[in-house]
Amino acid sequence: MSVLACPIPFAADEFILLGHGSGGRLSAKLMEDVFLPAFRNPALERMDDQAVFNVPAGRVAMSTDTYVVKPMFFPGGNLGELAVYGTVNDLAVGGATPRYLSAGFVLEEGLSLETLKQLVNSMAAAARRCGVEIVTGDTKVVEKGSGDGVFINTTGVGFVPEGVSYSAANVRPGDRIVLNGSLGEHGITILAQREGLELGGDLRSDAAPLHEPCAAVMKAAPRLHAMRDLTRGGLSSALNEIARSARVGIEIEERAIPICDQVRGACELFGLDPLYVANEGKMITFVPEEEAQAAVAAMQANELGRQARIIGVVTERHPRMVVLRTTLGTERIVDMLAQDQLPRIC
Amino acid sequence: MKHLDEYRDEKLARALVERLRRTATKPWVLMEVCGGQTHTLVRYGIDGLLPAGMEMIHGPGCPVCVTPLETIDKAIALAEMKGVILASYGDMLRVPGSTTDLLRVKAQDGDVRMVYSPLDALRLAKENPSREVVFFGVGFETTAPPNAAAVWQAARQGVMNFSLLASHVLVPPALRALLGAEGNRVQGLIAPGHVCVVVGLDEYHEIAREFRLPIVVGGFEPVDLLEAVAMLCDQLEEGRAEVENQYTRSVRMEGNRHAQQMLADVLEVCDRKWRGLGEIPKSGLKIRAKYAAWDAEVKFDLKETRVDEPAECISALILQGRRKPTECSAFGVRCTPERPLGAPMVSAEGACAAYYQYRRHEAESELAGGVR
Repeated sequence: MSVLACPIPFAADEFILLGHGSGGRLSAKLMEDVFLPAFRNPALERMDDQAVFNVPAGRVAMSTDTYVVKPMFFPGGNLGELAVYGTVNDLAVGGATPRYLSAGFVLEEGLSLETLKQLVNSMAAAARRCGVEIVTGDTKVVEKGSGDGVFINTTGVGFVPEGVSYSAANVRPGDRIVLNGSLGEHGITILAQREGLELGGDLRSDAAPLHEPCAAVMKAAPRLHAMRDLTRGGLSSALNEIARSARVGIEIEERAIPICDQVRGACELFGLDPLYVANEGKMITFVPEEEAQAAVAAMQANELGRQARIIGVVTERHPRMVVLRTTLGTERIVDMLAQDQLPRIC
Repeated sequence: MKHLDEYRDEKLARALVERLRRTATKPWVLMEVCGGQTHTLVRYGIDGLLPAGMEMIHGPGCPVCVTPLETIDKAIALAEMKGVILASYGDMLRVPGSTTDLLRVKAQDGDVRMVYSPLDALRLAKENPSREVVFFGVGFETTAPPNAAAVWQAARQGVMNFSLLASHVLVPPALRALLGAEGNRVQGLIAPGHVCVVVGLDEYHEIAREFRLPIVVGGFEPVDLLEAVAMLCDQLEEGRAEVENQYTRSVRMEGNRHAQQMLADVLEVCDRKWRGLGEIPKSGLKIRAKYAAWDAEVKFDLKETRVDEPAECISALILQGRRKPTECSAFGVRCTPERPLGAPMVSAEGACAAYYQYRRHEAESELAGGVR
């Protein structure tokens, strides 16, 4: 009967076809050849329509994010790693231990299978590094021109230990703000890649999982009020969101904020403000004054927090506003960005 | 970071502030011309460091701000045309025309590309021979030479699907209009460093003589600006009205001859409307007739329109230093960077937008104080 069976087209070995999203044989082959070998775990291998897992006592944290970065591969990381770290970080800064992820893929017809494999293998390695399992997933294929290579959505579930409840609303005047390292490396790396700009040196995206620094600082500063990872919109957006939701003022010291020379140079060139540039491995922690030094020390003991330091303080002055003390000793507002920063004329 | 930190150094800045406090005997009123200087001044709160009474007026030197609505409407009309790729610097994209902006046109099928140089736009034209590529060229004497060079290269290489929508403006005619206006308060001028890199100092010598006005060509970093203010203050205290150069690391007396030649070959002086200031004779640059084939105004049948600016906007008073942005009733309420009523709120380098971005807490606490 083999003559009547529809042969799998030759190109299936090299490119994504619309059929890979059809739910038929090509879909099954993609699952067997690409996703299962990389993500292998009991929940996924059952191949049911849902993943089922046990939940310990306490509360569950859940977060979702969709990743569309262009280029998909860049110095310091790729889209697959980001899709794991980003969602893991959103869980971790809530005090949760990240455990399970879902992965939804939107693939563009014509995508090289090799590229997909590289991204999927990176996701698997990133998941192992974070101690999470990718337990359920979905793949859709859109016609050429309707997508941009690969879009990935991940939803994560983590478990929040008893007694832990962090929220921007808990932030209080007097809290110290601890930052774990230098700003803007992800955003400027991506910009430089897109524009073919040679910045010299070895600037790389800071893409990294923050579950370990989060756990370390939670242990060292048990009365901490809130943590936040700095992604799109940079430090400025995170601080402004917290100032608004906690109805407090925030004061930061320009001199205390670490920014490497390549990022500073690129920002000067493009007329961008590094406080608004994206990061993928940076976080801020709001800690009562008496635990601030312990929080800094715990951060610095971690690979991802060597440059950790206190960059500012929460105040009762100017509620809902973030004010920066410049290197000249003057003050200015650090405002929420209305839209993306755009490079200026001159 | 080398070549940057020394111009943002607190000790150097403090020393200059001290020098100013010792020398200034009167509340001098100074104007910084360039939007980049305004941005630094407000961002670092430098005017707050000056001796009491000394005042900075924020001049007309933001190219994005002064581009007239009619020109932005033309760029939008081009971007909406089938077969046209409109290439522009990033910060022009969200400047509202009379009905929409280029980012919105892009979202609705217009082919709008952000580029970093007019030569990138020329490359786009070569890569897309079946499309028309128009570069939206605005700006002062600083951006005119590279735009002229793009037209010159297109002509030399026979790239016929490239053209320039040129809306260049010149600093000296606008300065003459402001300084000659009744009620002018400006007693000293920080001239725009980057403009002088291109054109040199000749015309500024004429202005200094004409208005008996001390002029210092200044840079763009905090220490540059403080030093320029201190040099102006010395001139005023000593009764001198000369042109001095603070920005010596970039500006030469004669300017950049190559850039000047390129500019003169492709562009010629014309009358130009400025957003916020109105029509100023001989204050702009347009493409010479011999390059008409690369002039988007000639190539495309663009309608000449006339758009009135909102009556509530007091931008002319702001640019003349008769009002501070925070003294405008629309500031931050009916006029914001997202919905600007007038020129100085349009780009981060306009005075109103800079105040909005960095000074709103002062306006709000004044307001709160008033209510209490």
